[in-house]
Amino acid sequence: MDSQAIATHPEQEQAEHEHSPYLRHHFANLEQQKETSTFGMWLFLLTEIMFFGGLFTAYLIYRNWYYPAFVAGSHQLSIGLGAFNTAVLICSSFTMAMGVHAAEMRWRKPLVGWLLATLFLGCVFLGVKAIEYHEKWEKHHVPGLNFSAEGFTKLDPHYPEDKPLPLDMAEKTQVYFSLYFAMTGMHALHMVIGVSLLIILVVRAWGGAYTQGHMTTVENFGLYWHFVDIVWIFLFPLLYLISRHQ
Amino acid sequence: MSTIVSLPDQTTATLPKRSYLNDGYGLKSWLLTGDHKRIAILYLISITFFFFIGAFFAGMVRLELLTPPNDLMAADTYNKMFTMHGIVMVFLFLVPSVPATIGNFVLPIMVGAKDLAFPKINLLSWYLYVAGGVMTLAALILGGVDTGWTFTTPLSTHYLNTHVITAGLAVFVAGFSSIFTGLNFIVTVHRMRAPGMTWFRLPLFVWSHYAASVLMVLGTPVLAITLVLVVLERLIGIGVFDPAKGGDPLLFQHLFWFYSHPAVYIMILPGMGVISEVISTFSRKRVFGYTAVAFSSVAIAVFAFFVWAHHMFIMGISNYSALVFSLLTMLVAVPSAIKIFNWAFTLYKGSITFETPMLYAFGFMGLFTIGGLTGVFLGSMGMDIHLTETYFIVAHFHFVMVGGMLMAFLSGIHFWWPKMTGRMYPEGLSKLAALVTFIGFNLTFFPQFILGYLGMPRRYAAYPPEFQVLNVLSTAGATVLGVGYLLPMLYLTWSLKYGKIAGPNPWQATGLEWQIQSPPLTTNFEETPLVDYEAYDYEWLANKTKHEVQTVG
Ligand SMILES: [Cu+2]
Repeated sequence: MDSQAIATHPEQEQAEHEHSPYLRHHFANLEQQKETSTFGMWLFLLTEIMFFGGLFTAYLIYRNWYYPAFVAGSHQLSIGLGAFNTAVLICSSFTMAMGVHAAEMRWRKPLVGWLLATLFLGCVFLGVKAIEYHEKWEKHHVPGLNFSAEGFTKLDPHYPEDKPLPLDMAEKTQVYFSLYFAMTGMHALHMVIGVSLLIILVVRAWGGAYTQGHMTTVENFGLYWHFVDIVWIFLFPLLYLISRHQ
Repeated sequence: MSTIVSLPDQTTATLPKRSYLNDGYGLKSWLLTGDHKRIAILYLISITFFFFIGAFFAGMVRLELLTPPNDLMAADTYNKMFTMHGIVMVFLFLVPSVPATIGNFVLPIMVGAKDLAFPKINLLSWYLYVAGGVMTLAALILGGVDTGWTFTTPLSTHYLNTHVITAGLAVFVAGFSSIFTGLNFIVTVHRMRAPGMTWFRLPLFVWSHYAASVLMVLGTPVLAITLVLVVLERLIGIGVFDPAKGGDPLLFQHLFWFYSHPAVYIMILPGMGVISEVISTFSRKRVFGYTAVAFSSVAIAVFAFFVWAHHMFIMGISNYSALVFSLLTMLVAVPSAIKIFNWAFTLYKGSITFETPMLYAFGFMGLFTIGGLTGVFLGSMGMDIHLTETYFIVAHFHFVMVGGMLMAFLSGIHFWWPKMTGRMYPEGLSKLAALVTFIGFNLTFFPQFILGYLGMPRRYAAYPPEFQVLNVLSTAGATVLGVGYLLPMLYLTWSLKYGKIAGPNPWQATGLEWQIQSPPLTTNFEETPLVDYEAYDYEWLANKTKHEVQTVG
């Protein structure tokens, strides 16, 4: 036998793994299949980081240039609603993690329950976000569609220590709100996709698809959900908490 | 354990009874397939279609430039022509050209896998490509776009009434097809290698695709968000790039080129992979400095992310950052040069034969070297300020993209055609086509270097009469080039039915893809291969006496 030749194993250990109905034909065994899809998911999240990265870069630059406008814009956001939504998302990450745990333990009904809880919290987040957007619309803070810089050139009674902005800096609050809508909008879009996927997951979990030892889908969805949460954990301080100590 | 480097007799070869091509018939078996080989064929058909659309626009541009005055079409129609040429060729042909067709077909086989890691995502990637293509066609039929392929703001957001949104979303969607291809390749190379297929036994084709995939996965999302911001700015008027609202158009340039410089390497790296395979096979030698060539791909991928601002030297970036980016741009030439020198050393004392893929590979080496070196000219600031926005730039990137990448694509298509279809292309005619392409290419683009040096700006429909001779030469060359591209399409189609039967290993090559039947089975391998030899081990193969290498007919 030549050690350098291309060779095949005649007795490929086929019998070593029982042929699980979940094993796709091109994988050698379930372990490889699971590792592969988890790796793929992490890589996908990396592309998501780059996607949001473009927005964070823009934020970093403009915040340095137009700091007073960013402070004034930030003070117009409702810190209460933002904090509430942050709490909602952290809770939803917990319920999601419990869902993954339930799937691991092959508990069908608890899995459905935790997924439904996550779904509910996701919807609460989106509802609160809608209220906030509506409020922005009423205050004329939507660049392009409905914007007025007037409010920023006058003294804000809620922040008496904030000096009114000169007109040119007040105009720059449009950049702040552009980024606010682009960043939270992209985040909300990810939430909408997540909530839609959750509905499918709940239906399939009810049918018992993830509680027979094959739960990669639930795990990977969990990774996605936690990622979207983490993005919000960054967005909240960056957008809501600029110079709140004044 | 038995040795299976198969060196069958080509004259007695027959087409295998079962293969991926006859495993299921009908449109549905193709449109819903998970087989990477079928998806590669789907991609091949679609990118060929878009190639000829892009080529049509190029033809219109060259036709307008035949005469100095702006006479054939209105100036803004001309703007649409070069814009659509750029968008179609870059996003719908060059980016997916080698990876989505040849890479899709042979990469899983090269690593000894039955398929890519995610067959469904692979199919999704093709559908996204088609969706992006259809949207581009829609933008085109509705009246076209005239921003240039770079979507430059504020031109694209404020001053044009063309279909920027449709075209932008088309590129956005096509971008995700590229992300999914890259993601699939990376995961496949990490997790799907056959037993014994270590990283340093991988063919260099796989290394270069891996590096290109890293660029696709990390770069394309940035383009995606940039286009989203452009579309939002145009659609509802948010102000991230709008100076009137405090935004900065230069930020758009940074974000756009953060993708679009690496995109150059997304386009060229897979081509370099093809050249490594072809040069090694037809000089019957292991690629000289395998490790250096492998790591140069990785080095290119890393450097690629730190040179983008060389597209912005005249846009008012700071002198210091221009200086740094100029230096880094010159550094990125080093790994490319490593490849060229190593291929040259591979040829040295090799048993060279001149099959068609090899002719194209020679074309690549010469033209890419010129394209690359003129890139170094442009990377130095003084030269760049003189030459940028002239035809020198146009000639430079066409030497890299057409002279380099398209040559590599054609080289690869000819090289793996027997594997994909089971039949040989007609050798004489294809050699002629390679020659015609080479002559046509040089005639088209060499005069453009001179035109640019003399100061003819790009993107204008009219030019001073003293530039006419060179422009006529260029247009004549484009005609020859067109013939050079039509020929392969015709004879390759002809060969599907009438080509000589190729047999499993017409090139007597050592790669895993040549040890299985042509065209391959749907599962690629009957048994998972166990690899215990280095890539390109032609010296060993040459030293074997006949009985030691089992001949599988
Ligand atoms: Cu560049």
